[in-house]
Amino acid sequence: MAVLARAGGEAIRAHLADTAPLPPHSRLRGPETGLVMLRGRAGGDGAAFNLSEMTVTRCSVSLPCGTVGHAYVAGRDREQAELAALLDAALQDPARRPALLEAVIAPLAAVQAAADEAEARKAAATRVQFFTMATMR
Amino acid sequence: MAYVAVKGGEQAIGNAHAWLAETRRGAAALPELEVAQIEQQLGLAVDRVMAEGACHDRGLAALAIKQAQGDLIEAAFLLRAYRTTLPRFGHAAPLDTGAMRLRRRVSATYKDLPGGQVLGPTYDYTHRLLDFALAAEGSAPEAAPQAAEGLAEAPRVTELLAREGLMRRERASEEEPADLTRQPLTFPASRPARLQNLARGDEGFLLGLGYSTQRGYGNNHPFVGEIRQGRATVRFTPPELGFEVEIGEVEVTECQMVNQFHGSKAEPPQFTRGYGLVLGRGERKAMAMALVDRALMAGELGEERTAPAQDEEFVLMHSDNVEATGFVEHLKLPHYVDFQSELEVVRRMRATAAAPKEVAE
Repeated sequence: MAVLARAGGEAIRAHLADTAPLPPHSRLRGPETGLVMLRGRAGGDGAAFNLSEMTVTRCSVSLPCGTVGHAYVAGRDREQAELAALLDAALQDPARRPALLEAVIAPLAAVQAAADEAEARKAAATRVQFFTMATMR
Repeated sequence: MAYVAVKGGEQAIGNAHAWLAETRRGAAALPELEVAQIEQQLGLAVDRVMAEGACHDRGLAALAIKQAQGDLIEAAFLLRAYRTTLPRFGHAAPLDTGAMRLRRRVSATYKDLPGGQVLGPTYDYTHRLLDFALAAEGSAPEAAPQAAEGLAEAPRVTELLAREGLMRRERASEEEPADLTRQPLTFPASRPARLQNLARGDEGFLLGLGYSTQRGYGNNHPFVGEIRQGRATVRFTPPELGFEVEIGEVEVTECQMVNQFHGSKAEPPQFTRGYGLVLGRGERKAMAMALVDRALMAGELGEERTAPAQDEEFVLMHSDNVEATGFVEHLKLPHYVDFQSELEVVRRMRATAAAPKEVAE
């Protein structure tokens, strides 16, 4: 779910095309967009406070076998929410799970990890050593 | 004072809005701004609109900026209005800012600290000279250099001080925080209510108040203990699942301001902190928020409350730019009946003042 929440609907669809077609699903709810209130903590570790809301899209689907899948993803990408719910349902099927993990989740996770790594390296390239000048005072 | 309902003017209003749309578009010969361009290339404006509109959605904030012709308060207003049309699914777990994926992390109190000083994509140390190269259409700049390895662990600076007992610890509490989007502000306000108010408050207002504390109106000797900027994971427990899932991430800026505290009867001299947390890369606002947060603690720390920044009613009731703009700007709406009555009163007063004089003569 963490990987699907950070992947766009288009990317998920592209990877799904590489795998065996999923059974038809029916929508139980949504996809619909609403709000989730984000919270912080005073001083970073104290009492919780409400920071701001964020848009979130949710969707619930069911497969012909009766398995239900749910998804909540940040933003307003309805396709992403629906595909994430569909995958949530399909991944519960032990027969499909390995192929889906390999064809959809792993490559998306790899792209995200590479982007995180590149950003962390760019940040590390801006790490400085300040020298204090005795004469500054 | 009240404005009155008026009828008529539909055609003039329609024509005015048509002209507004034409003005917004500018010269038709120039390409139209795309919302995605605003989202990508005016990112700090998008951040500010999300923070003050109190709704995280980069695309909506960019659209609001386009619609408002770059008037960021109007854009925040549009975003606030839009959010009222959406249902609330619930609340997320508090962001773990200690574990955020850092882009920037600096401390003005320690030169060498675990994790190091990481500048990130900052305007600090730029010369503030206009860059005319940007006026010429050019290709994208080269990708920023990358170090061989990513960042090391970067523990919170405040934790380093707290471990020595030199920093006042935050009171841990699992209490349900006040929510200003649901309940109006009451006084005295709780710390969570104050922080929510400040987090969505106007950057300019908070900046002015924060500056006033530095100039002596409630001075509390601030140091930037730490500024952290990066992406924090959003965790939410869907009711139908009953366990926590990651639903995305948000970019936030956090500022821990370290301030002297002379101690009270109950507490020894130590450092205290003011806290700022805002959506996006609003570093100036996070710093100002931390200064004002600390100033507002004057009462509970037993300090004398003398300055505007220490007066929670003054600060919290005037920080919201959507409320403020609504009340200030409503003055331009028709007040004809009201003014007529004032006119009558002033005329009568003048007549009364003039009358006895005539009699005496």
